[in-house]
Amino acid sequence: MSDNAVSCHSPAPAAAKDNPFLNGLWKQNPVFVQVLGMCPTLAITNSVRNAIAMGLATTFVLTGSNCLISMVRKMVPKQVRIATYIAIIATMVTLVDYLVKAISITVYKALGAYIPLIVANCIILERAEAYAGKKPVLKSTLDGLGMGLGFAFALSCLGTVREVLGAGTFLGVHIFGPNFEPWVLFLLPPGGFISLAIWLLTFATFRERKAKREAAKAKADLEQLEAAAV
Amino acid sequence: MNDSLGHIFIDSLLINNFVLCVFLGMCSFLGLSAKFSTAWRMGVSVMFVITVSGVLSYGAHLMLVALHAEYLRIILYIVIIASTVQLTEMFIKKTSPALFRELGVYLPLITTNCAVLAVPLFQDSRGYNLIQSTVFAIAASGGYCLALMLLSLIRERTYLSDVPGLAKGTALTLVLAAILSMTFMGFAGMGSGG
Repeated sequence: MSDNAVSCHSPAPAAAKDNPFLNGLWKQNPVFVQVLGMCPTLAITNSVRNAIAMGLATTFVLTGSNCLISMVRKMVPKQVRIATYIAIIATMVTLVDYLVKAISITVYKALGAYIPLIVANCIILERAEAYAGKKPVLKSTLDGLGMGLGFAFALSCLGTVREVLGAGTFLGVHIFGPNFEPWVLFLLPPGGFISLAIWLLTFATFRERKAKREAAKAKADLEQLEAAAV
Repeated sequence: MNDSLGHIFIDSLLINNFVLCVFLGMCSFLGLSAKFSTAWRMGVSVMFVITVSGVLSYGAHLMLVALHAEYLRIILYIVIIASTVQLTEMFIKKTSPALFRELGVYLPLITTNCAVLAVPLFQDSRGYNLIQSTVFAIAASGGYCLALMLLSLIRERTYLSDVPGLAKGTALTLVLAAILSMTFMGFAGMGSGG
């Protein structure tokens, strides 16, 4: 137990600088970096509006479940923690299910079975297990909010590519004029796989460039130091 | 809509394949398709879990309707699935410890496989009866198993090919999945004509 506590606290100085909110939004983005929660990412992103609705619904569940799980983390015995987490998540999802139905019946119909399926979204259980079960309430809530908005951001990225190429519209507004021939493949399932692959490659390129730049900079610094020492 | 058993079977096995056309069970599809030997075992375990929990959920749904407590369905289905997974885990541990070791952490993770939860939700919304539900559960999970095995066979062949370093891993798998998904779109005309 003491070992566990030490390993939990050892990265704390570094993590203290890392804002849990920004961490989820960008550095540990659930879709582009962790590649989690693929089902809604691919299924719901054929229009920007649906993508944003799904992203916000997930954010709501993630924030609520992280907050509640963090509150009860000291009361729950270790053996039954997963079952407890799932019960809490399922309750939040039931709330969202009825909330979306009350706000907009069109969105509810468009998202269909994918709202109840938020229960089975691996990001939520992963955050519960990796973060909310160990950290204080405020931090966990912020982490849930950041991760959720990061997820919503990734979904809208994908949704934009697919809607613009597949239907020639953005949020339902035509942007290419009447002569645009829609690239329907992007609205169909294969388009989801392809556009996610393209986004992942784009982000991998950025990351590699950044790593190269940093390596070059470190090398230059080292050479300068050596020159100064001579 | 045509509700004959044959139609349900072909529709959920090929035309609306759970993985490649409806995007369910993505995490294990991308994560467990690296080796064929793991893939088919996982596929069969998931088939078992889906079939058992599908039939149990049908009964649970009848009970909820009788009690006017349909708002509890998500929680109840998840509990049923979690217990079925636990049962499967115990069964495999007893009968084949080698397989149990190989599947490792992925076995309990079947609980959060969305394909498993989707089956009872779809059979509710389509109003299937008991036999239709059973056929649907078997076909849908068979489709999952089929897609997983196909992708793992393709991925095994890419290990020897020269892929750009950036694209290795998830991106390559997604492109392969896209091509598979396009192939499955060829089934779309089946069943509608006739």
